[in-house]
Amino acid sequence: MSRNPGRPLSPHLTIWRWGPAMAVSILHRASGAGMAIVAGLAFIWWLTAAATGPEAYSTFLTVAGSWFGYLVWIGLTWAFFQHLCNGMRHFVMDIGAGYELRANKMGAIVVMVVPVVITVVIWASIVARLAGGEAQ
Amino acid sequence: MGNGTGIGRVRGLGSAKHGSMHWWRQRVTAVGNLLLATWFVVSLFRLPSFDHATVLGWIGQPFVAVALVLLTISVFYHLRLGLQVIVEDYIHEEAGKVLFVLLLNFYAIGGGALAIFSILKIAFGGVPA
Repeated sequence: MSRNPGRPLSPHLTIWRWGPAMAVSILHRASGAGMAIVAGLAFIWWLTAAATGPEAYSTFLTVAGSWFGYLVWIGLTWAFFQHLCNGMRHFVMDIGAGYELRANKMGAIVVMVVPVVITVVIWASIVARLAGGEAQ
Repeated sequence: MGNGTGIGRVRGLGSAKHGSMHWWRQRVTAVGNLLLATWFVVSLFRLPSFDHATVLGWIGQPFVAVALVLLTISVFYHLRLGLQVIVEDYIHEEAGKVLFVLLLNFYAIGGGALAIFSILKIAFGGVPA
């Protein structure tokens, strides 16, 4: 608002070369904002539908069990573990540890790989269970 | 604003005008989320089904209902703080900043209130199974 346009701006996203720490930082915001809206609304809908009655609840279940619903749950699973893992990395950095370049880079890579692995494992087991249930 | 001590000069400054309180509450609610959201996700996986009667029976238990209320408070406080930082960083006009922070406060408080009311209604037996 009161910025003097004559003064230089610090280098921004388009200037820096992308690195793991920078990627995980923006993923933390993306997964956090995504969950804040999507998981937040789903949570509110689930509870209000359950508190309203069987009809409202069955509407929720229909949408939640559609292919679109499953897409959202898979995305939220990843977002949950991405935000959780990097949140724990932030706790470590909050106590002043993990700022050495190699350790910091390593930590950033780990908290990007682990959530993907967890998401695949969880959904592979759910798909296996669903497939087994349909076969019976 | 004080001009004597170091703390007096910085008190009330920062983009949120609340010093480090915003940062600290983000951490407190993060620990709350870590415990409560982990419990919530594990519990959902352990539910035998998601049909109405099962879900009502689960939410109706005292320890579940109270944990769900605490989860709602912790999560919606945390997301309110987090979204505020994003708005402050990416929306540069003061008017837009105020408008979006206002909207996200409405969302967090309104959504949290709806969720908590629903949990309590179920827990107090207000929904016929």
